[in-house]
Amino acid sequence: MPVRSIFAAAALTGVVLLSACDPAPEAEAPAESETASSQINISNAWSRETAEGQDAGGAFMTIANTGDGADRLLGGTTPVAQEVQVHTVDMTGGVMRMRQLKDGLEIPAGGTVMLAPGNFHIMLMQLKHPLEQETTVPITLQFEKAGDVAVELVVQPVGSEGPMGNDHD
Amino acid sequence: MTDNIPQTDAEHVAASRPKKLRLVRLFLWSAVALLGGGLLFMMVSEKDRETVEQDNYAGSVGGPFALTAPDGSIVTDQTLKGKPFAIFFGFTRCPDVCPTTLSRLTKLRKEMGEDGNKFEIVFVSVDPEYDSPEDVGRYIALFGTPIIGLTGSSKEIADTAKAYHAFYEKVPVEGGDYTIDHSAGVYLMDAEGNLQSIIDYHEKLETSLAKLKRLVG
Repeated sequence: MPVRSIFAAAALTGVVLLSACDPAPEAEAPAESETASSQINISNAWSRETAEGQDAGGAFMTIANTGDGADRLLGGTTPVAQEVQVHTVDMTGGVMRMRQLKDGLEIPAGGTVMLAPGNFHIMLMQLKHPLEQETTVPITLQFEKAGDVAVELVVQPVGSEGPMGNDHD
Repeated sequence: MTDNIPQTDAEHVAASRPKKLRLVRLFLWSAVALLGGGLLFMMVSEKDRETVEQDNYAGSVGGPFALTAPDGSIVTDQTLKGKPFAIFFGFTRCPDVCPTTLSRLTKLRKEMGEDGNKFEIVFVSVDPEYDSPEDVGRYIALFGTPIIGLTGSSKEIADTAKAYHAFYEKVPVEGGDYTIDHSAGVYLMDAEGNLQSIIDYHEKLETSLAKLKRLVG
């Protein structure tokens, strides 16, 4: 092997190692004052159709907090399910692990949080009936500060990966 | 410096300086080359090790199993022999990763046209407690493409998952219900039932498509 390639490989290794050490950028929550209040806006709320007997469904949406104080999504209620929980999905090592966020999901002041497949989502548990596509499902979400916020979930076909039924990537 | 040829001081200095520098330079470059070579060797041997591990893994994924289809018939590894298949472990009450994976496979199959019929899609429930064959049947019907949906007793499912080195574990959630952690990869098995590759949840659809084309090619 030519000496130059070895140098190039060594240099490249250095670059790769260095970039691997680079910490992932983290969102910084602005300092919160006593009078800070949250202002929650929810858009693109959707769900996926379910089969009969499949008694759990997911709900996805974009939650924006235009207020100057952080808030937390704690859970909610819907006529179609017994229980509404906030979940996160961890895919480390190729294993899907879904977990309830018992302390809720933080919506930082001035921040936007996406609830999407493979990530944070709202779990509709013990569905009372299947969710049918092209229908809407009411859900009232409970926030720590903003209180109750009502939205309508648009039920998309099972193959949807976004609010408009858009594809992966 | 052990030269026996007599030199004047001036000549000596003029000759030895570049020589010293040359030695230092040679030493430095050697160090760089050794370091670079070492790193390269580490990279190469690491790659070799990965390949070996993957090969070992490939030989051991898959094997005998017997599960129940929605119509009550028994499907085994022998039933599937003769046609490649894409096998995925999940459960019907998984609201997120399972429907996403199955619908991506459906999309890719459609994109492949005729070739899309040259492999089977197999869904194995890892929730024997909840998923009856009928539940699995209704669930796979959502996707609008033929999917072999299988479930069975706890032992039958455990044996199947073990054969495929697939992980699953029941985890309780608030309110008395439970969720199931499970391997999210799709195992692509050739007509002989040997592992060819694995589709990862995070890979691009084009990558998965190339793998499926290779599976039927």
